[in-house]
Amino acid sequence: MNSTPLKMVVIVAEPVLESRLVTELRELGATGFSIVDGRGEGSRHAHASELPGSNVRIETIVPDDVAGRIMEHVSAHYFTNWSFIAYVTDVAVARRAKYS
Amino acid sequence: MNEILRVNLLSPIALAFVLGVIARVIRSEFALPKEIYQGLSIYLLWSLGLHGGVELAHATFTEIARPAGVTLLIGCITPISAYLTLRYIGRFGEADSAGIAAHYGSVSAVTFIAASTFVKGMGAEPEGFMPTLLTLLESPGIHIALAIGAIRSGAKSRPTSELLHEVLTGRTMILLVGGLIVGFLIGDKNWKVIEPFYDTKGAIFRGALCIFMLEMGILAGSRLGDLKKVGPFLLAFGMIMPLIHGALGSWLGSLSGLSVGGATMLGSMAASASYIAAPPAVRMTLPDANPTYYLTLALAITFPFNVLVGIPIYFKLAQMAHGVG
Repeated sequence: MNSTPLKMVVIVAEPVLESRLVTELRELGATGFSIVDGRGEGSRHAHASELPGSNVRIETIVPDDVAGRIMEHVSAHYFTNWSFIAYVTDVAVARRAKYS
Repeated sequence: MNEILRVNLLSPIALAFVLGVIARVIRSEFALPKEIYQGLSIYLLWSLGLHGGVELAHATFTEIARPAGVTLLIGCITPISAYLTLRYIGRFGEADSAGIAAHYGSVSAVTFIAASTFVKGMGAEPEGFMPTLLTLLESPGIHIALAIGAIRSGAKSRPTSELLHEVLTGRTMILLVGGLIVGFLIGDKNWKVIEPFYDTKGAIFRGALCIFMLEMGILAGSRLGDLKKVGPFLLAFGMIMPLIHGALGSWLGSLSGLSVGGATMLGSMAASASYIAAPPAVRMTLPDANPTYYLTLALAITFPFNVLVGIPIYFKLAQMAHGVG
């Protein structure tokens, strides 16, 4: 089966940010995403955000340029004041057309 | 006064709360399942709305007008007095001051329910339209404080419509306002059928509140460790600010024509700090405000203070304002 290399952006963030992030991902060109709740601790040795609720882990598979835009956007807006992780990994997908 | 305090401290509600705190302090694995906690809070708020709506149908406009005006006035005063105290006496930053002030401007529904149960237990039946006043007090405080914070800290403010939507469509507002309207419309005949289940003076309601208070104790207990982080000023603030706001509420409530029970409840509402509606709104609007400050203050200091000693004090003050007791 043919597979095409693409990027997966993974964001782990405070639950209050979920709906805002989803809107922004769409605006930046993501065609879809998955969200799962999670538990964990970060460099602050605390739950990401002390507000009740689980962290959210948002994954989206996108072309190179969109991944770059997302990383730039979240670096500029979220890293200072929020418990926030974002990284990019390489993935290989079938049905390339779904992702842009 | 000592007698009133004793009665309150030995009430099942207060003791359930204390048990919850102890369970957390000795690191018990016990906690209420999240769904049950949420289910109970829906039941409590919905009952409060419904019962309040039924009573509201019996009230006349002139009875409500003055207490409602006073309630809105208090809603404008409390966020500003909290903000000024924190900013200029406590020397906190703009975001922290405004963030904490938003919590004190808004209302803790559980404190409201505890106050309602307390005054009814003391035989001082409050006006039936108190839940209406709660919904009036809920919104202005958050907005005034967040507006101060957004303007003065120069934060890139969120659109007001977004914030308004968040506060007005939250669980508390839907259940309370929706319950008030439904209760208002159904009439006494329909109410009689469901009254045993939803009666806020009844056994089911009070029993459910006791279970709910266990979890409140656990939540407060889990923040006790953070008391060290907030420092002596905020510790004192968490008890003195509610006393001032509570006294103001009891006094203005009495002046506006509310009974001792009603004025006590208005005092308790003014004194309380929200920890359900306010935290997410503050986190989104003022992200550089420290959540440890506002969550610890609201949950681990002001809430227990009000439930254990504050409410009886506001009751005493309301009695004094009425020239009784």
